[in-house]
Amino acid sequence: MTTVSMQMPDGAPEEVVTHALVRDVDLGAFGCPGTLALITLDNGQDHNRPNTFGVQSLQSLDAAITEALSRKPKAIAITGKPFIFAAGADLSALAFLSNREQALAIGKLGHDVLRRLGESDIPTFAFINGLALGGGLEVGLHCTYRTLATTAFTALPEVFLGLVPGWGGATLLPQLIGPERATQVIILNALNNNTMMKSKDALVLGVVDAVFDPADFLERSISFAAQILNGTKKIERADYSNDPGWESALATGKAAALKKYGGAEIAAPARALALIGQSRTATRTSGFDAEDVALADLVMSDALRSSLYAFNLIMKKRKKVEGAPKPALARKVTKVGVVGAGLMASQLALIMVRNLKCPIVMTDLDQARVDKGVAWVHAELAKLVEKKRMSAESARRLSALVSGSVDQSVFATADFVIEAIFEELSLKQVLFKNLEKIVSPECIIATNTSSLSVEAMTQGLEHPERVIGFHFFNPVAIMPLLEIARTSTTDDATTATAVAIGKELKKTMVITKDSPGFVVNRLLIRFMGEITDAMDEGTPPEIADNAMRSVGLPMSPFELLGLVGPGVALHVAEILNKNLGPRYRISPTMQRLVAENVRTFYTKGDDGKYVANPAALALVEKGTNPSTSEQVRMRALNALAEEARMMLDEGVVSTPAEIDICMLLGAGWPMILGGILPYLDREGISQAVCGKPFHEKGVASLPL
Amino acid sequence: MSHSVVVVDAVRTPFGKAGSLYANTRADDLMVRAVRGLLERNPKLPPNEIDDVAIAAATQTGDQGMNLGRSVALLAGLPNTVPGYAIDRWCAGALTAVTTIAGAIAFGSYDFAIAGGVEHMGNHPIGDGLDPNPRYLAEKIVEQDALAMGATAERLHDRFPTITKERADKYALNSQVKTAAAYAAGKIQRDLIPTAARNAELGWAIATVDEPPRPTTTLEGLAGLKTPFRPAGRVTAGNSSGLNDGATAALLANEKRALELGLTIKARLVSFAFAGVEPEIMGYGPVPATIKALAKAGLSIGDIGLFEINEAFAVQVLAFLEHFGIADDASNVNPFGGAIAVGHPLASSGVRLILNLARSFEEHPEVRYGMTTMCIGLGMGGTVIWENPHFVGTTKAGK
Repeated sequence: MTTVSMQMPDGAPEEVVTHALVRDVDLGAFGCPGTLALITLDNGQDHNRPNTFGVQSLQSLDAAITEALSRKPKAIAITGKPFIFAAGADLSALAFLSNREQALAIGKLGHDVLRRLGESDIPTFAFINGLALGGGLEVGLHCTYRTLATTAFTALPEVFLGLVPGWGGATLLPQLIGPERATQVIILNALNNNTMMKSKDALVLGVVDAVFDPADFLERSISFAAQILNGTKKIERADYSNDPGWESALATGKAAALKKYGGAEIAAPARALALIGQSRTATRTSGFDAEDVALADLVMSDALRSSLYAFNLIMKKRKKVEGAPKPALARKVTKVGVVGAGLMASQLALIMVRNLKCPIVMTDLDQARVDKGVAWVHAELAKLVEKKRMSAESARRLSALVSGSVDQSVFATADFVIEAIFEELSLKQVLFKNLEKIVSPECIIATNTSSLSVEAMTQGLEHPERVIGFHFFNPVAIMPLLEIARTSTTDDATTATAVAIGKELKKTMVITKDSPGFVVNRLLIRFMGEITDAMDEGTPPEIADNAMRSVGLPMSPFELLGLVGPGVALHVAEILNKNLGPRYRISPTMQRLVAENVRTFYTKGDDGKYVANPAALALVEKGTNPSTSEQVRMRALNALAEEARMMLDEGVVSTPAEIDICMLLGAGWPMILGGILPYLDREGISQAVCGKPFHEKGVASLPL
Repeated sequence: MSHSVVVVDAVRTPFGKAGSLYANTRADDLMVRAVRGLLERNPKLPPNEIDDVAIAAATQTGDQGMNLGRSVALLAGLPNTVPGYAIDRWCAGALTAVTTIAGAIAFGSYDFAIAGGVEHMGNHPIGDGLDPNPRYLAEKIVEQDALAMGATAERLHDRFPTITKERADKYALNSQVKTAAAYAAGKIQRDLIPTAARNAELGWAIATVDEPPRPTTTLEGLAGLKTPFRPAGRVTAGNSSGLNDGATAALLANEKRALELGLTIKARLVSFAFAGVEPEIMGYGPVPATIKALAKAGLSIGDIGLFEINEAFAVQVLAFLEHFGIADDASNVNPFGGAIAVGHPLASSGVRLILNLARSFEEHPEVRYGMTTMCIGLGMGGTVIWENPHFVGTTKAGK
């Protein structure tokens, strides 16, 4: 029995305790004399509130292990409640740890309890019947053997969150499955948007020893245990200490982390890789001690606090749309019109048909464009069938729903029409006036504009109250954010309908005021503008572009420029310049890139690596006032702080959290920055630029 | 064109007391567990060869609804090409699943099929949701007693005054004793499929034995029990089966095809019959059913060497034994005990009788014929006569 006397920190929410319950199983019925002590992890709630481990839960498990051992069983096994094994440490408590001793203690407590499963005199089994994440999977890794339900997902998402698998995982997993596969699970999967293992992946990687159908998972797992215990089944374990793959695995992990964070060395993956490297020769004790230190260091970092804030924000905003009218006000949408059949419009048609499963009509100027758009959607659906992500029947159903026409009268019976035509206000104004003659007075007219005034598009309309901004991010299918822009006249029924559609599309939505660039583009273009300005002033392009590397953004400004395309970026900059003021400058370099049709600063060399594009470099404005890297960085960050504060003051959105969620999900900025504002706070930039931080201390940072 | 019909194997979940062991386990999950356990024991049978799945339940709503045969086949992971149907003859549900499937095999329509039954009396209390037609009583089609099984048992005591409460209690005690002995010898456990049962307060249980048996039962204890069905009655909780949860499943086959696949044969069907009696004495049903089944088989009661009779009530077993002149404590009647001890999850029990008989056949190669029989609510009985595939003798009766 260990001494587990830790208390939860003040202010932490009351723990939903996962109880560890012990019962005897007669192994005689499974062909092995003796009993198995079966520990069930069950917090008494349904699967929407998974089992988690806080202090009391760990103490319960500790007591259960003691109780189990006292019954002198042949073996101990541990399993979960229906659909859930355990989802890991109780994250809600982590944010309340206020000193390093507490952080060390929570790591040590986890180790002290879980290692009993790995150090007992009798074999231990984890019967992973359902979801097992982080500390949940680590419970299993301490056990001698593991079985897994075929439908269960498993992962070590700690590095994704800014932690390390610090209850034994970083040490035990490499020793169990070798450095390459452990790096795959701990680093690559985590950084790849928290990819979870399917059961067959976990089996192939060696994370588990057997998989069984969920229908009688527990019974078959006990049968498996009985076969191990009576000697009819043996599981061979390899010794990886002399594996030739250690260095290359660590290098692969390091490269993945650098790529994920745009070249910045970020603590969590670095610490995890160090632990993996150390596990080659580590004992349990030395490995676990190192995990405790790494965990405490990370828990007591602002980056982790920002990450937890961001994680909770993403979870919360997925469900609740700030400022959304009552859902009951939403109108039924049974037919959607898409004006335009270009790539953006086609993506809109695809996501609409996949999720709304109603007729989608696309229009464009001529039949060839219309045909091309419809054909693109059909081809994308066919690709899904090829990848076995959709049945041929579903694809047939959806394909049949997508049609096109050069005659906008097909919109007459639509409930929702969205335009994705060229970003030119006058064109959209004409379009909307024409549409109003065709569609019903209740039909919602939405625009996917990224920077124009939605309100201006309603000029002269009889029913401006049904116009709304509905701004997606590219690629539409992948980027989770949808900015919904209300004009001063947009009514609640229109907004409610837009939100209802967004929910169907599985997007996270932020409702913004109709203001140029809304949130994401306003910040991104401002930020990119500072970089191009610095370059135009004479800062060497590579200095300007690399100035932000240490921050941890997924792409450098010019990489982002290559993705967006200089034409679009310049066009948006021009619109924002006109509407928001001269701080959005028009870069002569950008103008030349567009004029010369040079699309990117980087080209792929013969060896597949990206190199500076000489055609672009030749067009760079030759200024005489170069900045240092640090000056560029500061000016870009200062600009972000200034712009964010202006947006809040103008009421574009009502809370800093909405700006953060936009940058997390619309720009893909990392959780360790908390989106962006927590980072600006902790770097002292908000204080310097705006005279105050965006978030109160402790919200997305250490509470000290 | 008749084909020989055999039982390849039969299994069951451990039985539970209603509201206890399986209180948080679904009926269909119990049934799925029995079917998967059955197939796991018979790996030589490719699941796609199964021609049908007939599953009985006396109440066919909720977790016993949705066409149990088909839904159990899907939930058990059988290929979706395997069809299924639900069947109901109250307590004789599984027995009727067996005989109906047998008819299809004999006719040549099926080669392999699963027959079974389930009753979760905790989830579906007896009589729950029933809406007896008022004509039953208004037009005196039956008397009130016919609709309450305990009352029919009391009526059987009235009909056969020589069957006293003492005889019934003695029979009940013997059932407990025989069950305890069979458990001690490991004879029951071998056909039980260990079954996981959730309990949010205590953790998962793995049921490996029946929950209902009361091995410490005494005659004195039985004598003192209340008679809930009438004042100064004879029928008690002690000489009746209880309210139970459980599931059973049997694999039936065309004998020739079974042998081709190298499957074992546990019993061979000889004949079956169902018969009606006055609903007020439904417990008497096995007598006319047996007479009919014997006649169809060309056998007499003396040819039957082993009996498995469902113990809904001790009085009903005794009425059967008395009719055929068999001793109350005959060793070839329910040698492993019966429903009074292990429980009677209504529609599942028929297959439990068969699996017990099959085990007795193995122990008694000198016996050629055995019988499974049971009474059925609303005045019926069902009897199936089986031939012992292990029979080594030459005489017809073998005894």
